[in-house]
Amino acid sequence: MSPIQDQDHRPLLLEGPSLGLRLAILAAAAVALMVADHQQQYIGVVRGWLSAAVYPVHWIVDAPGSAWRAASETLTTRRGLTEENDRLKAENREIRLRLLRFDSLEQENQRLREARAGSARVAERSLVAEILRVDLDPYRQRVLVNKGSREDVFVGQAALDATGVFGQVMRVGPVSAEIIMISDPDHAIPVQINRTGVRTIAVGQGQAGNLMLPYLPRNADIVEGDLVVSSGLGGVFPPGYPVAKVGEVRRDPSEPLLSVSAAPLAQLDRDPEVLLVWFDNRVMEPDDEASAGQSLQVDPHAATLEGVPVPDTAAAEPAPELPADPTTPAAGN
Amino acid sequence: MARRPVRNWPVLVLLLAVSLAATVVPLPDWLEPLRPNFVALTVLWLCLLSIRTTGLLMAWGSGLAIDALHGMLLGQNALALVVIAYIALKMRLRIRAFPILHQSAVIFGLLLLNEFILFWIDGIAGFPVTTWARWLPVLTGAACWPLMTGLYSRLAIRA
Repeated sequence: MSPIQDQDHRPLLLEGPSLGLRLAILAAAAVALMVADHQQQYIGVVRGWLSAAVYPVHWIVDAPGSAWRAASETLTTRRGLTEENDRLKAENREIRLRLLRFDSLEQENQRLREARAGSARVAERSLVAEILRVDLDPYRQRVLVNKGSREDVFVGQAALDATGVFGQVMRVGPVSAEIIMISDPDHAIPVQINRTGVRTIAVGQGQAGNLMLPYLPRNADIVEGDLVVSSGLGGVFPPGYPVAKVGEVRRDPSEPLLSVSAAPLAQLDRDPEVLLVWFDNRVMEPDDEASAGQSLQVDPHAATLEGVPVPDTAAAEPAPELPADPTTPAAGN
Repeated sequence: MARRPVRNWPVLVLLLAVSLAATVVPLPDWLEPLRPNFVALTVLWLCLLSIRTTGLLMAWGSGLAIDALHGMLLGQNALALVVIAYIALKMRLRIRAFPILHQSAVIFGLLLLNEFILFWIDGIAGFPVTTWARWLPVLTGAACWPLMTGLYSRLAIRA
């Protein structure tokens, strides 16, 4: 036989256990890792270090794209800049106008909440994170951003963009974080129909442009074009941020539930960056609610769990989240 | 005393790093489902055709790197790659003698096994991806094999 084949009959490493044994050991190690990772609490640190270790690869892959962006920013024409400037000025004027009203509304809101001893849950601090142009798993709606635990990003943090709710942080490394978008099939976000106050859940479908609202009863008041906002239940997302616009509403008489699709308002597949927000996500405890209800028994609408005033229809429907505590007779009903 | 095999670590690491990067380079949407599993191909090449193989630990490490890079369940790709690397190492002498198309067929089988293990683990872990498109990379990977062997041998990598 040829000398090459003679060589190959030696064990692969000249010392050490046989190939089969090493397969068994490594496979067992992989299985152990998977189990530990699936339980999630054990190896967060390992995850963090690994993601830091592979970050250079992400960075290098992203580099041409960001270099191109930087170059095109440097090389924009004077005319282009003037045009953009004009556009931004107009936009700014409009936004300032709206802000004037917002300031007074916010103060009023604050006063009302103080009167109810509730906590104002608006975004307090935000951080702009750039989305790296890398492809993660094509069958899941996830992105990688360039901010991590060094900037105090944490798991479960809400991510928004200029037009709506984007998603939440799923894993955090030292310098990067993975965000699961609201359109991921594994993601669901508690929402509220802005017009009627009906609460439900919006579930991702695996496509950037589509959410489903599968848990609405057939007689729910919902029409095409309704705005869907975050309800703040669950404490991950701040309440009241726009999530989606209702698309098709299918009422099948033979089904007990509606089939409602909605289009996310955030530019899920086009955003170059997202906003990570910190807000006081202390979910109001039933006790808080009870004391608020007792101290202010005049307001019949006040006691929904998330502290967002809702109209009669929602307050009147049987809401399982309401405190079933016999000592709170005045809690909204 | 047998000669200790020469391992060209820098080339090896570079090769794996490039193939890792190739799995996350942004592609147009229509092309993305077709992206072959470059790391699996590289690992197979190293196991089958490089003069002195590196072996299972390398396959395991590259698999772990894929998992970390793509945010998948840690150990998923590591397990799949170790298994196909083991088979490739066992059959290395036979496969080497095959003509190139025949080799492609074997690679197809190995990649299919790799993808099947991933599919299986996805199912157990509770996020199954059941579209038929997930099997496309197996086809494209096997189709890429002649190109890759040609390229790697041309580069005269003695990893």
